[in-house]
Amino acid sequence: MSRHLLNILDLSVTEIDELIATADDILACPEKYREVCKYKTLATLFFEPSTRTRLSFESAMLSLGGNVLGFSDSASSSAKKGESVADTVAIVSGYADIIAMRHPKEGAPLVASEHSRVPVINAGDGGHHHPTQTLTDLLTIRHEKGRFDGLTVGLCGDLKFGRTVHSLIEALSRYEGIRFVLISPEELKLPSFVKQTYIKEKGLPYSQSTSLEEVIGELDILYMTRVQRERFFNEEEYLRLKDSYILTPEKMRLAKEDMIVMHPLPRVNEIAVEVDDDPRACYFRQAYYGKFIRMALIMKLLGLSAEKGETV
Amino acid sequence: MRIDSIRNGIVIDHITAGKAMELYRMLRLEELDCPVAVIKNAVSQKQGKKDIIKIDSSIEIDLDVIGYISPNATVCIIRDGVVQEKRHLALPKRLTGILHCKNPRCITTTEQGIKQVFVLSETDHASYRCLYCDARP
Repeated sequence: MSRHLLNILDLSVTEIDELIATADDILACPEKYREVCKYKTLATLFFEPSTRTRLSFESAMLSLGGNVLGFSDSASSSAKKGESVADTVAIVSGYADIIAMRHPKEGAPLVASEHSRVPVINAGDGGHHHPTQTLTDLLTIRHEKGRFDGLTVGLCGDLKFGRTVHSLIEALSRYEGIRFVLISPEELKLPSFVKQTYIKEKGLPYSQSTSLEEVIGELDILYMTRVQRERFFNEEEYLRLKDSYILTPEKMRLAKEDMIVMHPLPRVNEIAVEVDDDPRACYFRQAYYGKFIRMALIMKLLGLSAEKGETV
Repeated sequence: MRIDSIRNGIVIDHITAGKAMELYRMLRLEELDCPVAVIKNAVSQKQGKKDIIKIDSSIEIDLDVIGYISPNATVCIIRDGVVQEKRHLALPKRLTGILHCKNPRCITTTEQGIKQVFVLSETDHASYRCLYCDARP
């Protein structure tokens, strides 16, 4: 039976540590991994446009010596003709060894996993989960901060629909001494079940604020998010909220010397371009790390390693 | 008030007061041809007030629906005027085909042939979530 990755909690803390160790090794010795996925094929089924995630997956598979096929938006697939996710995946899993799928509907990757003969990786489903972004975030935190324990993590912007925020909270809530600072307008607050399940029930300290300036000085990590137009049914509400938070060099002056700024990208205007030159801005390094953790994940789900070839 | 006892059928007892009609609708009892008695606000030593439904026919009923609407209810199967079996219910771990997801972003709103499944997420609060999108019903 295939192992899938639909939610970051499908991976144990130990497995995440192993993936990070593999990603570190790939970063150090990429040539060792050049043919690990030779003769293997990744299908990228992107029913919703994406630049970074899709290219990162494709680059990861190519760097492992594998092949890639797929589509980059639903208009160029049979979904436009009304084909179901179940049928699409049943067909594609006969053509590929592993599938990375993004879909605007929440739960679509779970449906895919129920009809696939090969591993399915959720590459983002609506405002629900985005586990490979979370793996990327965790690798970034490990590299930039050297630890997961004892960090004060500020999450800023769209905490309601921001799937990367939900997945990151779920993942970090398993580490010791984490404190969350939730920064959002009232309308985009963290859904109560995420707060209840992953913060309150675990007894983790947290605070909420509508002002970034007031809390930025407390943070070890500032995780900025974009207010996503595609998650709103009401354009007026989007326009009203889209500029809620903009990180500027002036606000960065209020932050700790060693705070890091992360962002899942793409950004629109929530981080002023002048911040890019600040050494604490690590969102482009974060995007770079994404490829390597995805390489580690593809190998894990295919049961492959550089030393042993196939392990399962 | 006197309701005739039944010889062969089902008595759903200890229904939370006020929930009988919701249960009646969700079990689709209006589609039955046999006598069905709905007793509201009956005196209960344990609960103060309770609702009761008596069905004068040995039909198949979905116990998960009853457990979801009123987890403290009991179901007595009556044969030849005697209680043959008494079942105590609890909140079901999983509800299949009972609730519908209202989240417009959920895959169940567009994917054909998919069963609506809700899973129990917080027993204390009788809270269910869509298996696919985590939304509440």
